[in-house]
Amino acid sequence: MIIFKNVSKRYPDGYVALNNIDLTVESGEMVFLTGHSGAGKSTLLKLIAAIERPTSGTITISGQNIAQLKLGAIPYLRRKIGFIFQDHKLLFDRNVFDNVLLPLQISNFDNKTVAGRVRAALDKVGLLKKEKAMPIALSGGERQRLCIARAVVHRPSILIADEPTGNLDIEYAQDIMSMFTSFNQVGVTVLIATHDASLLKDAEHRILSLKQGKLAV
Amino acid sequence: MIRAWLMQHGFVFFLTLKRLIATPVTSLLSVIVMGIALSLPTGIYVLMENLSSISGQSASSPQMSLFLKLDIKKEDIERIKQRMEEDSQIVSFQFIPKDAALHQLQQSNGLADISASLVRNPLPDAFIVHALENTPENLEQLRVAMQSWPEIEHVQFDSAWAARLNALLKLGRFIVLMLTTLLSVAIIVIMFNTIRLQILTKRDEIEISKLIGATDSFIRRPFLYFGAIQGLAGGATAWLIMTLTIRAMNEELGTLAQLYDFDLQLQQLSPSDSISLLSFSAWLGWLGARLSVASHLWQIEPR
Ligand SMILES: Nc1ncnc2c1ncn2[C@@H]1O[C@H](COP(=O)(O)OP(=O)(O)O)[C@@H](O)[C@H]1O
Ligand SMILES: [Mg+2]
Repeated sequence: MIIFKNVSKRYPDGYVALNNIDLTVESGEMVFLTGHSGAGKSTLLKLIAAIERPTSGTITISGQNIAQLKLGAIPYLRRKIGFIFQDHKLLFDRNVFDNVLLPLQISNFDNKTVAGRVRAALDKVGLLKKEKAMPIALSGGERQRLCIARAVVHRPSILIADEPTGNLDIEYAQDIMSMFTSFNQVGVTVLIATHDASLLKDAEHRILSLKQGKLAV
Repeated sequence: MIRAWLMQHGFVFFLTLKRLIATPVTSLLSVIVMGIALSLPTGIYVLMENLSSISGQSASSPQMSLFLKLDIKKEDIERIKQRMEEDSQIVSFQFIPKDAALHQLQQSNGLADISASLVRNPLPDAFIVHALENTPENLEQLRVAMQSWPEIEHVQFDSAWAARLNALLKLGRFIVLMLTTLLSVAIIVIMFNTIRLQILTKRDEIEISKLIGATDSFIRRPFLYFGAIQGLAGGATAWLIMTLTIRAMNEELGTLAQLYDFDLQLQQLSPSDSISLLSFSAWLGWLGARLSVASHLWQIEPR
């Protein structure tokens, strides 16, 4: 469960990106976060993974207050989360397989099981045949799916996606949305930020809409 | 748990080796520079060790010869012995009766004829005294004190040359220390900069690793391994330089020895000195990397 209470975020330059947010996401829920570009969607998602820290308020994830988390505890919070970044953050000097391997290396997984896990994640996103390819050789949609594989390979309980369908055409976008739905169906809490209203037309999930740093009701 | 930990470290170890081999020229150059830098103080140290082992015991324990007056009596000798036993400056002493001294003289080449022709033994009784290792002033005091004893004809301070040698060795040790300190700082600076450049080129990897939950120690580890391994390689190079140099010098000394009929061979670095050299150089590399990581990694905070 993710709970925001009176959360505000002011950036060092003085800009208030989030203003007094109150919000609860149940575990196992799938929630969309919409709003124009600059509304504060990315900021809100970053607060959950402690990539940004709130200026005021409390953020609780499974009983733990993220706003007060010590620096040394942040890595362990992030391992519970799978994050799909707006700008992908792939490593272009290593192949698809090694990109997906990274989260497992970081959290000390047993070497014997990692290859199987990586391939399982690649299989879920349909990239199994491209495990030796370099990210530069992938199409936009394939890169996005690579990001998803990397985000789920360590089986996080929370999956966060920031504009996962960014510049993709509609079929691709729907493809990716159905992947998120299937992760949600096995119990993963899913948060997706998007400014793409077409994706939300027939979604049966809760939609939160941000406007200039405030949640609209 | 422990297995996973070992595996993690083994993995980083091989990753580091791969990185070193990936840039063979740069790695080799740094290793050679470190090796040469380390071989300077090591070389002087080896020479010092050899010098002090050649000079032997006398270098560390000053020795004096006491010659007694010729008309000395048995009781006088006993009195001197007692006095010496009470003196805390004297570690040990050895009485050499004049008969023994003459006997020794008769044994030695060339002098046998002369000594055989002597009617009377002209040699005095003598003591050889080993003094406590001490400042030259204290030794001089001891010499003057013994000289003033009524039974003593003459005190000869055998260790004047040894004292000089000791002073020389001290100077040498000081030079080794100075060089080691200066060159260690240089090696740390080199490593600091190498790691700084590596961190710059691995900025993305570090940032992304942090974003997906890498601890600081996980991110630090490959850099520390790199520093330690490169330092170790530098130490091994210094060791190799020293070993080969000493071997070459010993060959030269060997031909000299044949010509001049003496036997002098330089000792190689002892196993324990070798291990010290290797672990010290590995530690230096590690330290340079550690300082660099501490001052550069925090600057990379993911956004
Ligand atoms: N690091 C930052 N420093 C200053 N302002 C920022 C920073 N990141 C984002 N902002 C500002 O905060 C606002 C919200 O940004 P963001 O959360 O990225 O919105 P969205 O993801 O909805 O487009 C924007 O006006 C943006 O310019
Ligand atoms: Mg955004």
